[in-house]
Amino acid sequence: MSKILIGRYVAGDSIIYRMDPRGKLLATILFILFVFLANNPVSYVIVTIFSFVAVVATKLKPKIFWDGVKPLIWLILFTSFLQLFFTVGGTVYWQWTIFALSSYGITNAVFIFIRFTVIILISTVMTVTTKPLEIADAIEWLLKPLKIVRVPVDKIALVMSIALRFVPTLFDETLKIMNAQRSRGADFNNGGLITRAKAITPLLVPLFINSLETAIDLSTAMESRGYRGDQGRTKFRVLRWSYLDLINLAYFILLLILLLVFRTH
Amino acid sequence: MPIKFENVSYTYSPDTPLAKKGLDKVNFELKDGSFNAIIGHTGSGKSTLMQHFNALLKPTNGQIEIAGMTITADTPNKNLKNLRRHVSLVFQFPEMQLFENTVLEDIAFGPKNFGYDKEKALTSAKYWLKKVGLPEEIGGRSPFELSGGQMRRVAIAGVMAYEPDILCLDEPAAGLDPLARKQMMALFSEYQKEGHTVILVTHNMDDVADYADNVLVMEHGKLIKEDSPKEIFKDRKWLQEHHLEEPKSSLFAAKLTNYKFKKLPLTIDELITGIENNLKR
Repeated sequence: MSKILIGRYVAGDSIIYRMDPRGKLLATILFILFVFLANNPVSYVIVTIFSFVAVVATKLKPKIFWDGVKPLIWLILFTSFLQLFFTVGGTVYWQWTIFALSSYGITNAVFIFIRFTVIILISTVMTVTTKPLEIADAIEWLLKPLKIVRVPVDKIALVMSIALRFVPTLFDETLKIMNAQRSRGADFNNGGLITRAKAITPLLVPLFINSLETAIDLSTAMESRGYRGDQGRTKFRVLRWSYLDLINLAYFILLLILLLVFRTH
Repeated sequence: MPIKFENVSYTYSPDTPLAKKGLDKVNFELKDGSFNAIIGHTGSGKSTLMQHFNALLKPTNGQIEIAGMTITADTPNKNLKNLRRHVSLVFQFPEMQLFENTVLEDIAFGPKNFGYDKEKALTSAKYWLKKVGLPEEIGGRSPFELSGGQMRRVAIAGVMAYEPDILCLDEPAAGLDPLARKQMMALFSEYQKEGHTVILVTHNMDDVADYADNVLVMEHGKLIKEDSPKEIFKDRKWLQEHHLEEPKSSLFAAKLTNYKFKKLPLTIDELITGIENNLKR
């Protein structure tokens, strides 16, 4: 379980770390949209270069990004494989019943492969360099316009930050309960599907009870510190735009312009 | 069969950016039927060490001989159940592990896992419910209706109900009221005197002085001293250097500057005897 890297923050120091999380979140979303503009080799090269520059700018070890791609590698290969053999058109090199290897198939497969990889890379850049709480703040900011249609954005933000705060705690607790039940002879890894599903009860029941108890304690503690709902609260973690964020967004606007110029119409 | 640690090292998440050394070349041997205390301040490796006793963690280097098994880095997970039947762990705040519908069923969970039939498991559960000082009628209730202290006792009963040869305790009395604390410690001491090995991780030096006959001192993942409580607490300067406390009795004795003690009193009884001897002179 400790191998999962998606959503994990890795401490470091580079330009990207000093950027505003709102800018990073926006840039990530924009990038994912922009990638779909690419439709020829030149534009894919541009996308690849742009994402690699972002990766290099984090100054982190390449292994961290490889860990980000690894869990999804089979999905990527499977999709590319389907593209490779089920696309018709162009020069056909080889055919057997419904399988066909054509020039269109090959380019499509390569494109899909690049598209997947760069999207994962950029999302990893964002999650690895941004603390979960900063991401929550950024999401809150992005959701703010929804206040007009009476979406309780402040409450959602509070829920998000509490949820994020308790992910590591719950994780530790799960591990502790698992170890305690293992010591009493529980076996989580052996047996058939049903035996395993049953074996999880000694883990889930305490986890639920503890979560509910934590929730009650936390809400009491919040109330006793003067929390009275979402109205009239100030913000302690203030996000600040700097010139770095303008550079960040300008970088992706440049990508947009280049893609618009070089894509085939 | 004695417990033997040979050059045991443990690293958390090795080969990753988060790698962290937990234990560093630990060597010791514990006698059968002894009461061992593991002390050292937070983050010194006590809990990491404890989780090696029943192979919840396996050493990255070195080997452990325990309950007739040898544990190394390559020991498969398959046969560990047999080890855990003999070596049992009580974690900090063990009340967190309760889950069954009734108290008795929860205590019987361990014995059932280790091959007791249903009836025998329940008999054992009833016996241990009484042993930890709870009234019989509690047995049919849900463990979640109990008070924190009662839940703790139920959890401890659940770990002792299959009578493991080696009982490891991580701060079992933390957060208990003084009376409950005394009762629990007395229970463990009695269990040891019946011929079982007890290993206690604690910050409470009074408990160490009262019950332990062997003390292991941990610092930065290393075992820096292993001796009897008498020898450990003798050297005040050494204790201060390693940020360790002393038992209250020896602290008090040190304040009585014009009294002379034949031997350093570690327990209240020894302190009283010492003072009496001084008054007689």
